[in-house]
Amino acid sequence: MITDTKTQEFDVNTAEINKYDFRNEEKYVYKARKGLDEQIVHQISDMKSEPEWMRKYRLDSLRVFNEKVMPKWGGAIDLNFQDIYYYIKPSDRQGRSWEDVPEDIKRTFDRLGIPEAEKKFLAGVKAQYESEVVYGSLREDLAKKGVIFTDTDSAVREHPDLVRQYFSTVIPNTDNKFAALNSAVWSGGSFIYVPPGVSIDFPLQAYFRINAENMGQFERTLIIVDEGAQIHYVEGCTAPMYSTESLHSAVVEIIVKKHARCRYTTIQNWANNIYNLVTKRAVAYEDATMEWVDGNLGSRLTMKYPAVYMMEPGARGEILSIAFASAGQHQDAGAKVVHAAPNTTSQIISKSISKNGGRSSYRGLVKVEDGARKSKSNVVCDALILDPQSRSDTYPYIEIAEQDVTIGHEASVSRIGEEQLFYLMSRGLSEAEASTMIVNGFIEPLVKELPMEYAVEMNRLIELQMEGSVG
Amino acid sequence: MISRTGDMTDTLKISNLHVNVGDKPILKGVDLEIIRGETHALMGPNGSGKSTLGLAIMGHPGYEVTDGKVEINGENILEMDADERARLGLFMAFQRPIAIPGVKMADFLRHASTNIRRPDRKEGEDLIPMREFRKELREKMGQLKMDTEFARRYVNDGFSGGEMKRAEILQMAMLKPKFAVLDETDSGLDVDAVKLASQSIAEIGREKMGILIITHHDKLLEHNTPDKTHVILGGRIVETGGPELAQELHQHGYDRIRAAHPEAAAEDDKMKVETAAAG
Repeated sequence: MITDTKTQEFDVNTAEINKYDFRNEEKYVYKARKGLDEQIVHQISDMKSEPEWMRKYRLDSLRVFNEKVMPKWGGAIDLNFQDIYYYIKPSDRQGRSWEDVPEDIKRTFDRLGIPEAEKKFLAGVKAQYESEVVYGSLREDLAKKGVIFTDTDSAVREHPDLVRQYFSTVIPNTDNKFAALNSAVWSGGSFIYVPPGVSIDFPLQAYFRINAENMGQFERTLIIVDEGAQIHYVEGCTAPMYSTESLHSAVVEIIVKKHARCRYTTIQNWANNIYNLVTKRAVAYEDATMEWVDGNLGSRLTMKYPAVYMMEPGARGEILSIAFASAGQHQDAGAKVVHAAPNTTSQIISKSISKNGGRSSYRGLVKVEDGARKSKSNVVCDALILDPQSRSDTYPYIEIAEQDVTIGHEASVSRIGEEQLFYLMSRGLSEAEASTMIVNGFIEPLVKELPMEYAVEMNRLIELQMEGSVG
Repeated sequence: MISRTGDMTDTLKISNLHVNVGDKPILKGVDLEIIRGETHALMGPNGSGKSTLGLAIMGHPGYEVTDGKVEINGENILEMDADERARLGLFMAFQRPIAIPGVKMADFLRHASTNIRRPDRKEGEDLIPMREFRKELREKMGQLKMDTEFARRYVNDGFSGGEMKRAEILQMAMLKPKFAVLDETDSGLDVDAVKLASQSIAEIGREKMGILIITHHDKLLEHNTPDKTHVILGGRIVETGGPELAQELHQHGYDRIRAAHPEAAAEDDKMKVETAAAG
């Protein structure tokens, strides 16, 4: 019996590796040397033929990065910044249609199911392969309405005024060490501008993927939702497995203007050796709504706390996050809301699952500034621990400088109950099926917020994570 | 080999069953045999071991069998996990059903029904076709006067006492077991609800189930006249009779039984003192 179980587990693992560990032979047009210094930053700027202001911004950011100390909280970071590639351009052309995309890149996308997404979403599919967006399409009527959906590099060239007006206004390069790093070497990412009153009623999607060993991916996303406009942006990730450390450090800035609405959905499934250190922040103005839906699976360490700054009365921020930490993984995720105006409302719902010795932490900040009267905030964080080796911690920070507010905080930690398992098993479900069902139920409040095919993928990912966890 | 096809002589046989909860002996030698198609009532004072018997038969890991056998058609099922027992045709309607937040009744039931009907199904294989399943579920819910909305609710999550019990009966109707233990399915129900439950159980039972009804009352037995009534006291079955025994216990309580079985009564008192001390 024991041998049987082992064989099965081996098969499962092989299948998992085959699914996610398909690297293509590297075929790069340009690959900068390893390491980080002014020369590398100049090279990146040269390659992109950038305007002078961006070159200066990068160099300034590099200085800030060198001055900043590493964060003293969160997870352990064991990185040699001189042993990482900071820029790789996979192909010197950017495909306009699927046929134009080079074959080997296509193969990678095929395995990620991108053509299907393309079929389903004839809207805008943007796929980032290494550091540049190589494929993009945008439904014509969107373009007619004045919607801009492009990679951020192109946006710097084609929409310099818009970019310059908003770039780095939400997250300055002095914000934290990794935001400074991204500001120095950023490449790719999405730029979206939705003009006043324009509402996009289907999700815009982008796929990201890291492929070169030891390569950092530093995409930079900037989304501006103008007055009364609406958008749902969706981004998903799978990354292949590698033996040495990889770094992913993105910066996402979002501006949601008066009466506008933005939802940003991310599902990230990183390989186990990746440091995922991301700064995501939105500012919401009068009666605007910003929603982050954030799912984190995999990676060695994730540190990510999507933030909403509510700047004007009636603004609303909502953050829904889920983290799944398995063996050798630390998910330090959470949320940050700042009430800077009266009658602002926020809600944080955080769910974490720890398994096989994985560690998940909720780290959240609710800040209400003086004068933000009648503000309301509600925080719910639930942790599910699947075995005694795993760990969950909660670090809620609350700073209130105003008396007239309503703040709620609930936290729960539970283990998969013997009673729940027995109940389901008494109806004919195996222990593995029962555990998976309980975990899927636990994250259901988040999954039901996802577009259909993402919900299916999310449940499938959970099933893969759960395989071999029993017995 | 166990017949999975539904032989009318299917038998659930419990012999000399001893069960501990923690270090504490609760059942001290229970014998009981139910032939498929029969209805048995199991009665006894609180804390006499009724639920323990049900949970031990179903395979709850917290109930340790220290001696004895539970057999279906001669095969001992005690080494099997709860899911294997369920696939063999065993079912228990819980006194206190467990909530599974986020899992919809319909999804849960579709999965469970598939596994029960195709006991050799491997994980990941197809479920019963959605259309077929929905039709059947809607039909059964109609019979139980349940709103179709119910199928979209999370399993036992925020259910009222009555809704939980009805959901248990619905599961039984969908899973069509050979043997079912109903653990106080009437508790927490008002008069009308008990009547409906009683009728429904009888209707489902017509598909030839062996039923063990654990109850304090006679209402559930109104439509389910027991072929046999067993009285459990101090962890042992001390008397077995017909439907008239259930009547008697309901009307007059356990004084006569206790007087007739002083040793078992003393055991029963001792178990209660221990429970109170432990609680």
